[in-house]
Amino acid sequence: MSNTLFDKVWDAHVVRKIEGGPDVFFIDRHLIHEVTSPVAFLGLKTRGIKVMEPKRTFATADHNTPTINQHLPVEDPLSANQLKALEENSKEHGILHWGLGHENNGIVHVVGPENGITLPGATIVCGDSHTSTHGAFGAIAFGIGTSEVEMVLSTQCIMQPKPKKMRINIVGKLNRAVTPKDVALYIISQLSTSGATGYFVEYAGDVFEEMSMEGRMTVCNLSIEMGARGGMIAPDEKTFDYIKGRKFTPKGADWDTAMEYWKTLKTDADATFDKEYTFNASDIEPMITYGTNPGMGMGISNQIPQSDAVKDGKATYEKSLSYMGYEQGESMIGKTIDFVFVGSCTNGRIEDFRSFASIVKGRKKADNVTAWLVPGSHKVEAQIKEEGILDILTDAGFALREPGCSACLAMNDDKVPAGKYAVSTSNRNFEGRQGPGSRTLLASPLVAAAAAVTGKVTDPRELMA
Amino acid sequence: MAYDKFNILQTSAYPLSIENVDTDQIIPARFLKATERKGFGDNLFRDWRYNSDDSPKVDFPLNNPKYSGKILVGGRNFGSGSSREHAAWAVYDFGFRCVISSFFADIFRGNCLNVGVLPVQISENFLQEIFGAIEANPDTEIKVDLQNQTVTLLSSGNSESFEINSYKKENMLNGFDDIDYLQNIKGEIQEFVKTRPF
Ligand code: SF4
Repeated sequence: MSNTLFDKVWDAHVVRKIEGGPDVFFIDRHLIHEVTSPVAFLGLKTRGIKVMEPKRTFATADHNTPTINQHLPVEDPLSANQLKALEENSKEHGILHWGLGHENNGIVHVVGPENGITLPGATIVCGDSHTSTHGAFGAIAFGIGTSEVEMVLSTQCIMQPKPKKMRINIVGKLNRAVTPKDVALYIISQLSTSGATGYFVEYAGDVFEEMSMEGRMTVCNLSIEMGARGGMIAPDEKTFDYIKGRKFTPKGADWDTAMEYWKTLKTDADATFDKEYTFNASDIEPMITYGTNPGMGMGISNQIPQSDAVKDGKATYEKSLSYMGYEQGESMIGKTIDFVFVGSCTNGRIEDFRSFASIVKGRKKADNVTAWLVPGSHKVEAQIKEEGILDILTDAGFALREPGCSACLAMNDDKVPAGKYAVSTSNRNFEGRQGPGSRTLLASPLVAAAAAVTGKVTDPRELMA
Repeated sequence: MAYDKFNILQTSAYPLSIENVDTDQIIPARFLKATERKGFGDNLFRDWRYNSDDSPKVDFPLNNPKYSGKILVGGRNFGSGSSREHAAWAVYDFGFRCVISSFFADIFRGNCLNVGVLPVQISENFLQEIFGAIEANPDTEIKVDLQNQTVTLLSSGNSESFEINSYKKENMLNGFDDIDYLQNIKGEIQEFVKTRPF
């Protein structure tokens, strides 16, 4: 039998196949947060059911939390109410809960891997579409809706038709200043935001083999932005080194048994995919987006495409550029920036802050820029301090905020005002995503750093030794 | 959550001929703070429907009194982005029971089916024909027949079939949801749990 990595993990979790319908699909680990879970718990209450496997669900507060003064009571009564609901529901059902200020608290997709909740060969879901992040470990991980959160809580299963399979290979070596974020934005710009709808993606080839675990998380995170249900990368020594010894990783004999299984988790040589793409690493430049979906990205030294050249929806394309206040054929270099956001489950881990610091070191924040630097978790925050990165940031005129999703979705007070431009390391540049009327340019931490110190869109390669 | 049974729906429709409508537009994040499933319809397409001073934008289709009905017709790649089920709740709560488009994002499609909104995928040509017909006459009716899996534009009589898996179809026809099904096979699931290594 020749199988893909995806088949191996999927098939091992099918409890029952329904003729002409979805699979009853078992979930190993379930992550919840305050925004998409309360109605699910309410559903359980109405039906009078208990959580079936409380040990398989983990709760953290992240989406709707302030990123300053977390030790004080949350001011917004609606947000406070959601946080309280998460805490009380977790307590009532015996679910582990990491609330504001807890040392393990942080963005759900950052704390999962940090604490060994994320494992190769596991199925992981959460009511957040960027759950695909966990695929970096060879897990099948994807976002679900609140009805499905209720299903997992009550029966540890959801009903899922098996997606089709796609493989994306990137061969060769990446150019200087090209980060995992650029690789992902490049792929999305090639496939469009719906190019992988209906598929589950496996990333393969030199570039992903050489990539760090954190880089792999960034790439898998963005799988959803090309429409894919999720993306995954076969586990290897790097994966095993990363997870070993973490809080919820199997220990002792359990580790050995698990390792034997995990080593079988790769696509067989003669396995086939429904669709396959191969790109050359050398074609990828540092990327930036100019429009209102993540597929509207380009190499930073290119010009904004003409609407005649875009495949679908000329009118939608022009509407998007007009929202952004940009013209076809323009270069992005030199465009004024008002805000810089470094954070989110896409780029809020330690390597991202190292990368940002490498450029701001010895420079000063531009006066016209408001910068929000938001670590993905308390562990990331602690490491930023330990490694002396905080000193570099402070010397350059930046301040560090407390962990959370923050301006990635702008549910809290971290909102970019209408009409203002933000270079953001997050994942979505939709209209109003970072606040009503806000304009978002997605980019890597290096491009964000270059913008933060120059006050405009700048090619980071110009600032690198 | 239980919803009404769906069999045949025949109404006029609201047109929204924009592509890549993402769930952040359907319901912006700042309206996700509720802990109950109530009142989301008021904020459906909030920032497209209202100015920042809360006055309605007159040219937005949902504010235009000439349109009505329980069907929303949207451009290609409808519902991309965030997994928030609140988007499907908002669509339902506003009064829609069906969304027609030439392509849906996966999670949104699944969420719709779970809350009692039928996603109907048709060809781009037929979609454009429907947009044209509504523009010519906003009272144009569309008939969606779930049992026979067909959608018909009554003004021209043109019709197309659409796909839905037979399990979900049964659910919608009967107003059942997945939790009812899963509860019934809990014993089987409990046996399966024992085989999981972690
Ligand atoms: S950082 Fe953004 S994408 Fe990630 S979990 Fe939070 S809201 Fe979702």
